[in-house]
Amino acid sequence: MTLARLPSAVTGWLLATPLALVLGFFLVLPILMIVTVSFWTATEWSYGPDFNLENYVFLLTSPVTLQVYIKTFTYVLLSWFFCLTIGFTVAFFLAFHVRSLVWQVALFLLCTIPFWTSNIIRMISWIPFLGRNGLANSTLIELGLIDAPLEWLLFSDFAVVLAFVHLYTLFMVVPIFNTMMRIDRSLIEAARDAGASGFQILTNVIIPLTKPGIMIGSIFVVTLVMGDFITVRFMSGGNSASVGRVISNEIALLQYPAAAASAVVLLITVLIIIAAMLRAVDIRREL
Amino acid sequence: MRDALDLELASLTKRYGAAAAVDAVSHVFASGRYCCLLGPSGCGKSTTLRMIAGHETATSGDIVLGADNITHAPPAARGTAMMFQSYALFPHLSVWENVAFSLKMKGVEKNERRRRAMTLLEMVEIAPMAERRPAQLSGGQQQRVALARALITEPRVLLLDEPLSALDPFLRVRMRVELKRLQRELGVTFIHVTHGQDEAMALSDDIIVMNGGRIEQSGSPREVFDAPRTEFVARFMGGHNVLANGAGKIAVRADRTRLSRSGEGALSATVTGAEFQGTVVIVAMRAADGAELSATLSDAAFYADPFDPGATVTVGWDHADQHALAG
Repeated sequence: MTLARLPSAVTGWLLATPLALVLGFFLVLPILMIVTVSFWTATEWSYGPDFNLENYVFLLTSPVTLQVYIKTFTYVLLSWFFCLTIGFTVAFFLAFHVRSLVWQVALFLLCTIPFWTSNIIRMISWIPFLGRNGLANSTLIELGLIDAPLEWLLFSDFAVVLAFVHLYTLFMVVPIFNTMMRIDRSLIEAARDAGASGFQILTNVIIPLTKPGIMIGSIFVVTLVMGDFITVRFMSGGNSASVGRVISNEIALLQYPAAAASAVVLLITVLIIIAAMLRAVDIRREL
Repeated sequence: MRDALDLELASLTKRYGAAAAVDAVSHVFASGRYCCLLGPSGCGKSTTLRMIAGHETATSGDIVLGADNITHAPPAARGTAMMFQSYALFPHLSVWENVAFSLKMKGVEKNERRRRAMTLLEMVEIAPMAERRPAQLSGGQQQRVALARALITEPRVLLLDEPLSALDPFLRVRMRVELKRLQRELGVTFIHVTHGQDEAMALSDDIIVMNGGRIEQSGSPREVFDAPRTEFVARFMGGHNVLANGAGKIAVRADRTRLSRSGEGALSATVTGAEFQGTVVIVAMRAADGAELSATLSDAAFYADPFDPGATVTVGWDHADQHALAG
């Protein structure tokens, strides 16, 4: 029997089935399991099926949770700010100052070179640079700018944000560059014709038209930083906790119900943030 | 006589590497006139316009508007305004905000901006659309917005880069009537770039025909059409037969070309086709030396004694109707 002989409603359902199965099995089912486990009961030595809100009550009343979320939001805000500033500048340079397409592509590929190695290696490579006897400190001492090594360069919030910015700036560059390349160049001439200065063109034409790209990049950076645990552990030397690290610790201690509850709260938080961001800017024309 | 607001180009040149896109062009655009820069694509007409607008730097030569040398002035300080080919309306701004953009750049207060934008929008008869976005307008409406945006700067010269090319043929004819009306009412010099000779003839007070980065001929549409100076102009304006005689090349208007079955006349040719156009019939022919010729006959004259394809005819004209061509 061919598809054409089936009623169109049936054809539609059949065509949607494979993707629905894949998403159901690999996305919806795991989330449902996490939600289920988050209601289980747990003691120091055991956990098992149950339906109680103890995990959530503990999580939402613990002062640690608030501290950890404040820390995580600090990382998110700082990383987002620096990724946006650097990413916008790089994309702007590539899109508007590099005239030939060949150079645009070449410089763009240059930006992606760090991605040829893994995240962890890129993080670890900061350690010999930032350490107490590392390149940064010894250079500064030799130049006579400081007398003693700077302790806050490594295993600190500074190092964590630095690593985030290093890891995720490209996620900002790509969508912003993509949006900028779609801006009709005659709009910029029209603005100049109307007497706009370079800065006025930036604020009145380029930034408003780049907003969807900025928003897509921001969603990448915010979700990646919100869910991260390894960068925070490595770069803070174990001195700082983010929401991701809390979950990872709970898993290490086999506290699966508590970890599941933390994960559910984190997921809801991230979804609320994304919903708020999408309300601010319509990104549909970019997709 | 020179007017205080004439726009003069003096040996204006634009080179890209060794190639000259515009090659030492000199011309005076008399103020308050509708001028068309006419030529095929790549002839340098758009580059000339963009140099006048200040969006392209001149390699050498000068642009003088009234008493000011504006060759190196920024676009907004020249007294010119440009209407772009694709209109270049800001998609994120409403119609009135687009029109008021230059006022915003100058720091004019919002109510005043809106008031002045609305005046312009009323002039181009599109005020009811003031709150819409450009994407919600038709091509003709977008063009009116672009026109209002260019005019709000009160330019002394309005530069139009192929303004009608994005419109369908019906709208094109309507918009060109409107452009002409606006130019007459405002008294501003319009410089309009086009590759359509019918558009140029319908609109201009002065036509400047360009080819290969140079001006081939300039003058009123009638002067240019009646007496093309070069073979290029004769062929580009259309409606002409270009023929070789002993001394060089001559042009004869197709509607002054006579056909007869035999007898008097300089030249014989074979009819290759006849095209009915309503009031006239255009007869296409090939001369013995291979040159393509055409004759425009009135429908009455043609159908009284039709020429069929393959017929041999003698082509003739009055001596007064032939023009010697230079080059």
